[in-house]
Amino acid sequence: MRRATVIRVAVLLVAVAILEVLCRSGVIANLTMIPPSAMIAGLADILRSGKYNADIAVTLRNVAIAIALSMLAGPALAILLNRLPTVRRILDPLFATYYAIPVYAFYPLLMVILGLGDAPQIAVGFLLAVVAVLINTLNGLDRMPPVLLKVARMHRMGWLEIAWKIRLPFAAPYVFTGFKLAVAYAFVGVIGAEFITSSRGIGYEISYAYNNFDNAVMYPMILLILVIAIAVNMSLYAWERRLLARRTPQ
Amino acid sequence: MPAHAASRSIEHLARWRDPALLILIVLAAWQLLYWYAGDVALTPPLATFAQLGDMLLSPRFLPHVQETLLAFAQGFAIAVLLGLAIGVTLGAHKLTGEVAEPILVALYSIPKVTLYPVILLVFGIGMPAKVAFGAIQGIVPVSLFALNAIRNIKPVYTKTARVLRLPPSRLVWHVILPAALPEIVTGIRVGFSLTLIGTLLGEMFGAQRGLGYLLLQAMTLHNVKTIMALTTLLVIAAASVNAVLLAYERRLRERT
Repeated sequence: MRRATVIRVAVLLVAVAILEVLCRSGVIANLTMIPPSAMIAGLADILRSGKYNADIAVTLRNVAIAIALSMLAGPALAILLNRLPTVRRILDPLFATYYAIPVYAFYPLLMVILGLGDAPQIAVGFLLAVVAVLINTLNGLDRMPPVLLKVARMHRMGWLEIAWKIRLPFAAPYVFTGFKLAVAYAFVGVIGAEFITSSRGIGYEISYAYNNFDNAVMYPMILLILVIAIAVNMSLYAWERRLLARRTPQ
Repeated sequence: MPAHAASRSIEHLARWRDPALLILIVLAAWQLLYWYAGDVALTPPLATFAQLGDMLLSPRFLPHVQETLLAFAQGFAIAVLLGLAIGVTLGAHKLTGEVAEPILVALYSIPKVTLYPVILLVFGIGMPAKVAFGAIQGIVPVSLFALNAIRNIKPVYTKTARVLRLPPSRLVWHVILPAALPEIVTGIRVGFSLTLIGTLLGEMFGAQRGLGYLLLQAMTLHNVKTIMALTTLLVIAAASVNAVLLAYERRLRERT
């Protein structure tokens, strides 16, 4: 392992150990935070008992749908906007401001349009996630070296073929940055929506546990979300590395 | 020279054409959506602006605006100052930067909404929790952008400074700061959006005052008029500040 990696792991372990000591010794009251070891034990108990399996399944399914939709729609919209520079120039300020808009405020609107089921929650997650993919893909497409397009034209490739075989593969590192952000935003959207209006899901259970001072449930559930989000991100990273390994350094 | 002046004024007009078009498109889409979804879901643009005007004139509304502005200003100040301090330190020291960058990226990519109960338990309900919630959203992007800005300064700049025997203070002021500024401003712009959304979320979940609180209350009561007016106000405010920062960023980038 590299030196920086070793130090990083050590720093994180020490931080967790300090937190453990502070919680155990009562400097941090148990009503505020339970020790990390108790969070892990609680998470194991929750998963073994299966009490919250239905909630976990609902949330993960909704997040997965939001991520999948944004991974399909984001690059497709980016390719389209890349082809329509005027539309793109007009919409650019909208993208730049997008993440300052409180998307949750549109929840009632989404409920009227999409009905009462899971669709509005998925929509909030999707709306937050898709623009991250879109912006990053556009950023990658902007850096396209003209020589690649000239080669494509020499091979008499069509517009779609160029998009699929040249533009998207070239923008891949940027697309993946977008994907990784999309994972976070999909979680933020779905779980935030569950906090506000829902009667099931991980977000609902966290907020229910918070209202009942039930830290033994709340902290393990929070830990669960963080672990899943980081795991998904790391597998995306591994996929990205495999795709990029084929590429010769420029 | 009249011809030159004319072409300049046309350029000037063209600069305003795109934003004007965007606003028109948004308003048209809004009106169409209203005709499709109806009164239960949203109010049309004109009625919304009228409602917003009424609210801004009402003395009961302004304290909420002040409350949110105060919380946001504190959160944003903490995010920028702490974010810059972290980013510059990590950017200047190579090993520390290598150790900390993946941790920062991981922090950037975890869903921080899930941490809101923790913040509430630590800070209690009220102003400090809102400020903290805004600040933790903003610190990470500001520090990540600053870290990369410092790290990506062309070595030839600092080498030239060493050849000219610039003292450290002038090195920072005349070389490092101007070279890193565009990237730092981008980070501050991203941090601005996230701090604002964080402050509002903090108000939605744990406060009795502020625009986020009003928004959540309106959502619970399904008061579409208030929801629409508040959202419009927030979007206008965020978009204006964002436009100013974006214009500043473009000017800085053109210089280099």
